[in-house]
Amino acid sequence: MSQAKPRFSPAALLRGSLVPVLVIALWQILSTSGLINPVVLPSPVQVVVRWWAYLLPTEAYDPAQSSWILWALSGEMLFDAWSSLYRVVLGFAVGAGLALPLGLAMGGNPRIYALFDPLMQVLRPIPPIAYIPLAILWFGLGNAPAVFLIAIGAFFPVLMNTIAGVRHVDGIYLRAARNLGAGKLTMFVRVILPAATPYILAGARIGIGTAFIVVIVSEMIAVNSGLGFRILEAREFMWSDKIIAGMFTIGLLGLAIDIGMNRLNNHLLRWHRGLEN
Amino acid sequence: MTPMLRTVADTAPVAPVADAAPVQIQVRGVEKTFAIGAQKIVALQNIDLDIRKGEFVCLLGPSGCGKSTLLNAVAGFQPPTKGTVTVDGRIITEPGPDRGMVFQEYALFPWMTVAQNVAFGLEIKGMSKAEIAEKVEWLLQKLHLQDFRNRFPKDLSGGMRQRVAIARVLALDSPILLMDEPFGALDALTRRTLQDELLRIWEEVGKTILFVTHSIEESIYLADRIIVMTYRPGTIKRDVVVDMPRPRDGSAPEFNRLKRELSQMVMEEQQRFSQDEIRSVTAD
Repeated sequence: MSQAKPRFSPAALLRGSLVPVLVIALWQILSTSGLINPVVLPSPVQVVVRWWAYLLPTEAYDPAQSSWILWALSGEMLFDAWSSLYRVVLGFAVGAGLALPLGLAMGGNPRIYALFDPLMQVLRPIPPIAYIPLAILWFGLGNAPAVFLIAIGAFFPVLMNTIAGVRHVDGIYLRAARNLGAGKLTMFVRVILPAATPYILAGARIGIGTAFIVVIVSEMIAVNSGLGFRILEAREFMWSDKIIAGMFTIGLLGLAIDIGMNRLNNHLLRWHRGLEN
Repeated sequence: MTPMLRTVADTAPVAPVADAAPVQIQVRGVEKTFAIGAQKIVALQNIDLDIRKGEFVCLLGPSGCGKSTLLNAVAGFQPPTKGTVTVDGRIITEPGPDRGMVFQEYALFPWMTVAQNVAFGLEIKGMSKAEIAEKVEWLLQKLHLQDFRNRFPKDLSGGMRQRVAIARVLALDSPILLMDEPFGALDALTRRTLQDELLRIWEEVGKTILFVTHSIEESIYLADRIIVMTYRPGTIKRDVVVDMPRPRDGSAPEFNRLKRELSQMVMEEQQRFSQDEIRSVTAD
């Protein structure tokens, strides 16, 4: 990455799009040739048309009802994407919000670590998806079980990385801070916590990735909105074009979340050696 | 206390820092042992040392002679197994801002800017924002860091980083500066520049400096007194007073005579170190 080559030179763009274009062309030929039932495999053109329809508002614009912007954002897809994103953010905030203080305590204090570690080791290997029946039993249907499952998905990566981050703080920083007169609280807030942020943020990134997987699954089971719900609903109607359009949107949302996390990382770790770009 | 104001024009030999100054650091019967596996290593043995207020003392010796261990005992990072270190009459049990330490690895906080690093100790002291800003500014000027105040350590050269580390401990106004091979990782020219700046600051603010080095030339260039240490067990081999006016000329006959003398002492210990190393390799 250190080479200052333009990333989007025409030649590179051409090379990069070669395989996708070939695959889409092949897909189009297969689905229009009549060899494959279009209900099983809709043509790419059909998927794009469906995606566009999914994006656009369902009702005609009525100035008396709402503003133009609200109308433009009233499409089904944007509502679904918002519902999913809301659950991811809320669930992640709950999971990471619990994992961070516990991780800091466990990483900083061997006694607390010894107290909690056995339980964590027992719970950690259970995939968040396995909590679905229990989540529905406890919380019924709706946002609550989804947020619960997402929180569990985000909890363990953030916890494990926070513990590792606190434990791997270079002793030289601790010595320097003690020499400068730092007490326990100052040491923790101004030295250990910032020194551990690269680890903590790596955990947050894994955690939000897990949260995004869990949100799609939990929407297929526990709620009646969101991108996961929508593609399962489309299956009931045999709308394969809408399923693929929905999958494409899920991919785009995942990409957006990842880019957002990356930006946050780069900002918070602008002091860090590994990130000079 | 004798303030050590010596200028370039001052060519007359000056008496070593003053026998009149009171003893500030007192090391008595210090012994330090480490266990590495089943092996017991005596890093320090029977160390008795008095350092007077305002004195610039170098600890000189090859790797493994315990010079850093002695410095860490004074700093309070590693209390001795036996004996005591006393500073201004108090026995040292833990590190503190009255003994500012400069590390070879700089030990700057990478998440803080240059100015924030320098301000850190002052914030702990509970100084007001205005006082901190003023003091930080003064220190940045003094160490020629004013154009780097908002940079992070990763963007600085080794020499610049060590300037920040020096500014950071000077901010504490501690009467004692402990320096653990602070210029060891720097190139020769940067090293000389920083040595000169350190001397300038020392003469200006009159601190007691305990400086660990394995460079014979560096110790002669800087110190009032050079403590040559032996290799395992670490003891004091010789206590040499450097009675030469500053700035010292590395090509002067007096300088070279002392250099030869010290080289011989250090080489004897270096040879014991090498033999030990060879022995430990062949034992594996």
